Amino acid sequence: MDRREGECEVTMMIRHGAALKVENCGKTFADGTCALARATLDIAQSETLVLLGPSGCGKTTLLRIVAGLEMPDAGGRVLFDGKDLTRQPIEKRNVGMVFQSYALFPNMTVAENIGYGLRIRGVSRLERAARVAELITLTNLGGLEHRRIDQLSGGQRQRVALARAVAIRPSVLLLDEPLTALDAALRERLRGELNGLLRTLGITAIYVTHDQAEAMELGDRIVVMRKGAIAQVGTPREIYFTPADRFVAEFVGAANIIEAPIESGDLILPGGRQPVGSTGSRARAVAMVRPETIRIVDADKASLTGIVDSIRFAGDRQRIIVRDAAAIPLALDVPHTIHVRAGERIGLSIAADSIRLLPAEG
Amino acid sequence: MRDRIIFALQLLFTLIVAAFLAVPAALSIAAGVTVNYFRGIQSGVTLQWVAQVLDLYAGTIMASIAIALGTLLVTLVVGVPAAYALYVRGGRLARLVEEIITLPVAIPGLALALGLLLSYGGFGNFRRSWLFILAGHVIFTMPFMVRSVMAIFASIDVKSLDEGAASLGAAPWRRFVDVIVPNAAPGILAGSLMVVTLSLGEFNLTWMLHTPLTKTLPVGLADSYASMRLEVASAYTLIFFVMIIPLLVAMQWIGERGSAK
Ligand SMILES: Nc1ncnc2c1ncn2[C@@H]1O[C@H](COP(=O)(O)OP(=O)(O)O)[C@@H](O)[C@H]1O
Ligand SMILES: [Mg+2]
Repeated sequence: MDRREGECEVTMMIRHGAALKVENCGKTFADGTCALARATLDIAQSETLVLLGPSGCGKTTLLRIVAGLEMPDAGGRVLFDGKDLTRQPIEKRNVGMVFQSYALFPNMTVAENIGYGLRIRGVSRLERAARVAELITLTNLGGLEHRRIDQLSGGQRQRVALARAVAIRPSVLLLDEPLTALDAALRERLRGELNGLLRTLGITAIYVTHDQAEAMELGDRIVVMRKGAIAQVGTPREIYFTPADRFVAEFVGAANIIEAPIESGDLILPGGRQPVGSTGSRARAVAMVRPETIRIVDADKASLTGIVDSIRFAGDRQRIIVRDAAAIPLALDVPHTIHVRAGERIGLSIAADSIRLLPAEG
Repeated sequence: MRDRIIFALQLLFTLIVAAFLAVPAALSIAAGVTVNYFRGIQSGVTLQWVAQVLDLYAGTIMASIAIALGTLLVTLVVGVPAAYALYVRGGRLARLVEEIITLPVAIPGLALALGLLLSYGGFGNFRRSWLFILAGHVIFTMPFMVRSVMAIFASIDVKSLDEGAASLGAAPWRRFVDVIVPNAAPGILAGSLMVVTLSLGEFNLTWMLHTPLTKTLPVGLADSYASMRLEVASAYTLIFFVMIIPLLVAMQWIGERGSAK
């Protein structure tokens, strides 16, 4: 990667970093734990790819393989811009890494932490100071240059870790749950900042998280992982609206998963019939409906009805639980302008194209 | 009622410590500066015995200091990087190596010395040189250095720091110098003090390994107990105390500062 290119004004939207290819990479640890089944992924230059999945599903392991901190099982390869770097240790890969624990150096000040990678690269003191100042501004750390790490708040540490990783103009920025250690309000704010920064830098990035809201906001594409395997790869919209299976549907956002037979294009439910937009019949189908896609209509005119079981206030909307419509209670998200009472019979309207049929398991 | 039993036990414990530790130490120090121990302190206070010891045994004192510093140097240069490698590598081999390094703690010094003598006693020049004793001291003190450094590594999450520095492009040696050593400094210092203290006071192993020309302070001390008048031996002990107590205090102080953090 041409170092010169990085010299451009950081506020401009430029494509940076390498295109990555993870080829056939699996990981079985020495103790026999199979943390990652063989996986292949392409990451375009300047793309932010999010690895999303519950704790222990192998996200960190995959990230560490890309970083060069773990060796993939024999046969796996990691390519940066087509160059095979599988055998190169992390220090030869020019990656910027933000660790879950931040791994900041307690023996150095904020500025020294940020400038360390440049010092290693033999960048002159003057140039280093300029670059550090630039990053201090970019990450809102002004005034903290000479603080020690133990004098910083969690959010500030997170930003130092980010600035330190970005300072070296890495080929790829790797972030392992960078916001997980922070409290909810701060997390939300920093998520926005981080998103802006990733867009500004236009750098290839892999972002690990178990938080689907983070994944949705930050990812150009999301890789949903489950038990060491890739469950689905797609844009946030694809993942949300057309989940590949029940696991993805339930992990990303709220979902009603309805199991019922289909007769000539209609789901046959205890509370009536619901068209699914395809013809044919099946003895057993698994359908997913997002709570916000269900509308409440007049019970007399609806083909599907149910009884309001409970109403939960959720701030920006209300969640209504309806029983007797399907075999399971259905969750609906509706605006506050809709008024229903518990015990009331209501009609439900679901557009056929917002129903997603999932492969039946087992 | 219970409080009083606890108080009584504490008092008893304190008295036992005083009887078996403080009193003998105080008496031998007193003996070292008394003109005639059998006539008691009223015979007068003098530094003549101390002067005599310095005159007779200066060689052993210098030798002990030199051996302690040499031992420290070797345990630092070998032990700290070894601890780093063991800690960062991890795995079964690392644990095995750690076990082997730690073994001397559990083996009596005499057995250790016998082993050395059996293996290398035939190498006359080596056998007769200070290096032979140095080797024994290094083997004996190494586990304390390695353990002390490994303990601080665990408490500062050195693996993350190492990976952090590596991600920024630093090669292993660079990471060791820039990040590992500065952050592990308190543990390295604690280990160093322990090594020096143990080396200065080591007797069992050194007694087996020494030759008439390679005597350390504690060996000389044993000599003086056997062949000198009590006041001289006590003055010798006094000198030993003066050397070792500041080290012990420093060790205590560092330990307290570490746990206060
Ligand atoms: N060094 C290791 N040795 C053995 N097992 C490991 C090691 N690192 C991770 N694992 C195991 O591999 C699985 C995946 O871990 P990880 O990639 O950290 O998951 P995630 O980051 O998604 O939470 C877990 O079951 C974990 O216990
Ligand atoms: Mg993880």
